[in-house]
Amino acid sequence: MLIYTFRRLLISIPTLLFIAFVIFMLLELAPGDPMAQMPLTIPPEVKEAMRIALGLGEPWYVRFLLWLNQFFIVEPQHWIDQAFGTSFAEGKQRIISFQSRSPVFDTIAQRLPQTLWVVGMSYVVGVLIALPIGIISAYRQYSVFDQAGTFVSMIGFSVPPFFSGVLLIVIFSVQLGWLPSIYDTTLVVNSWDTFKQQMMQMVMPVMVLALQTTAQVSRYMRASMLDNLSQDYVRTARAKGMSESVVVLKHVLRNSMIPVVTVIALGIPSIFGGAIITEQIFKVNGLGQLLILALQGSDIPMVMTITFLLAVLIVLMNLIADVLYGVLDPRIRYE
Amino acid sequence: MSDLTTSAPAAAPKPRNQWLDVWAQFRTHKGAVLGLGFLAFITLFAALGPTLWGVDPGDLDIRNKDVRPIYHMLFDSDAKVSWAHPMGTDNLGRDIMANIMQGGRISLAVGWTAMILAVFIGTLVGVLAGYFRKADGLLMRFTDLVLALPLLPLLLVMMLLFRDPLRAAFGPENGIFILIVVGIGITSWMQTARIVRGDIMALKEREFVLAARSIGTPSRRIITRHLLPNVLSPIMVSATLGLATAIITESALSFLGLGFPSDFPTWGKILFDSVDRMTAFPERVIWPGLAISLTVLAVNYIGDGLRDALDPKIRGL
Repeated sequence: MLIYTFRRLLISIPTLLFIAFVIFMLLELAPGDPMAQMPLTIPPEVKEAMRIALGLGEPWYVRFLLWLNQFFIVEPQHWIDQAFGTSFAEGKQRIISFQSRSPVFDTIAQRLPQTLWVVGMSYVVGVLIALPIGIISAYRQYSVFDQAGTFVSMIGFSVPPFFSGVLLIVIFSVQLGWLPSIYDTTLVVNSWDTFKQQMMQMVMPVMVLALQTTAQVSRYMRASMLDNLSQDYVRTARAKGMSESVVVLKHVLRNSMIPVVTVIALGIPSIFGGAIITEQIFKVNGLGQLLILALQGSDIPMVMTITFLLAVLIVLMNLIADVLYGVLDPRIRYE
Repeated sequence: MSDLTTSAPAAAPKPRNQWLDVWAQFRTHKGAVLGLGFLAFITLFAALGPTLWGVDPGDLDIRNKDVRPIYHMLFDSDAKVSWAHPMGTDNLGRDIMANIMQGGRISLAVGWTAMILAVFIGTLVGVLAGYFRKADGLLMRFTDLVLALPLLPLLLVMMLLFRDPLRAAFGPENGIFILIVVGIGITSWMQTARIVRGDIMALKEREFVLAARSIGTPSRRIITRHLLPNVLSPIMVSATLGLATAIITESALSFLGLGFPSDFPTWGKILFDSVDRMTAFPERVIWPGLAISLTVLAVNYIGDGLRDALDPKIRGL
């Protein structure tokens, strides 16, 4: 198992390098110019000097290697310095945003908590709703509850977040006036009132994202439970005289959770992608909004770093899903 | 099958067409039939609507701006309504119904074209990887790599960065259309490729393929004559899913302001333009949103029904 994990980790290094290369080349081939928004009165030679100051004068392979160096060596060194007060990264260039002229990772660190709060919360809520729905749908297959569950998950697959979010705003903010339509990120939670306020403003973005998660996970949970409910060991357990709750919740549920856990792990990156749209609707200044702003400003280092971080997340979650599958299911042995 | 061989040819039951069987099974799925009905309705609405309705979607009529939909008469007798604009007008006096029709044309056209492109690439890669062992490792490694890319951000990058050159080359509308269709197409073929590859690999070992090869059928003919018809059903199912995701992705791009220009309505674009004024005019958000959601819901139900109808194990029952 350890060897398998180690080998997968090794394979993921070239994968990530290739992905970094693809993203870099896409940005490189694209004709967007970071100087496009500078005033037209700047003389051409000054503009050229500014381009060189941004590091755009070098050929692409030099810049690609420099970015790799900054991402994989300088940034971790900087974090170590921050944590232990050492000075590995002294005098070394960190990844700097074209727009704000500040280190990209500092901006990301500022934006990350908002995204993590909304995205993480919605994922937890979505999974917690999906699991019971899946279990009951499978246990009472073709019942009214099952039909309703199927319909709800169809809705979750079909209604895009930019419509469900807007619809929730129209109903709960405009018509009923119960919830705020804009997520206030400056809110500091230090009392019961602010906590309540925080919860109120999180309800809608969390529900929008949770609907998508629920739709997907409840389908998998149902299919997996159905697979297991017809197995011989379930009949044996019932024949031994075990109560129905023990049979379903202990024997069947545990076995059914194995594929579902991997689906849950694989879904985490896509929920970050979904957050890009949800953050636009509810005006959350998280990572997704940062990415959109950086794209509009041709801020190449910022776009490159955020996109690559998402790719790292995808590769990592794939790895975790595969390893978890082997850990949870003793029948599966990776050699 | 057995009664066909034993009884006399004259008494033999008429051989049943496979597609009639599929249709008979498809009709038993209520959701799928409703979905097909709705898809036909919305397609006709978008295709024939502009001819029948005859209002130019871009026509500015500033005197008649902010007309509410006609049903507002029921609960608010003072509301500004007009039978000339049953769904109302927007803040520049453009007729919303004409815009929804025109937007539907583009959204559906983008959805269908992108889906066909994605299914074509997916089938090509899947068949090549499944049939030719030498290509398998390389192509599937490539598919896995593309699957590991963060697709929505990359699609956004492509939209923003290649917009101007394509616009210059093909004109503002065609340029963006090509960009969006190609963008969605090349980021959503991977699932089809995986499914097709798996099925081709299993089929390739069957006796009928061996028989075809033993009489000297070239690979090209084996693929087109024997293998492709047998993987048609998974391809059709993934095509419906592809249509649904293509419509959603196009709307999402338009919603993020990276799709078509604003004088060129699509459902996602109309929704995006209406969000700022949704407090006063919620209906402008709801019409295009409903159009997107119901179309995608219909397509998903059709896919569900097709999956059952094309599965011979279920169809026999």
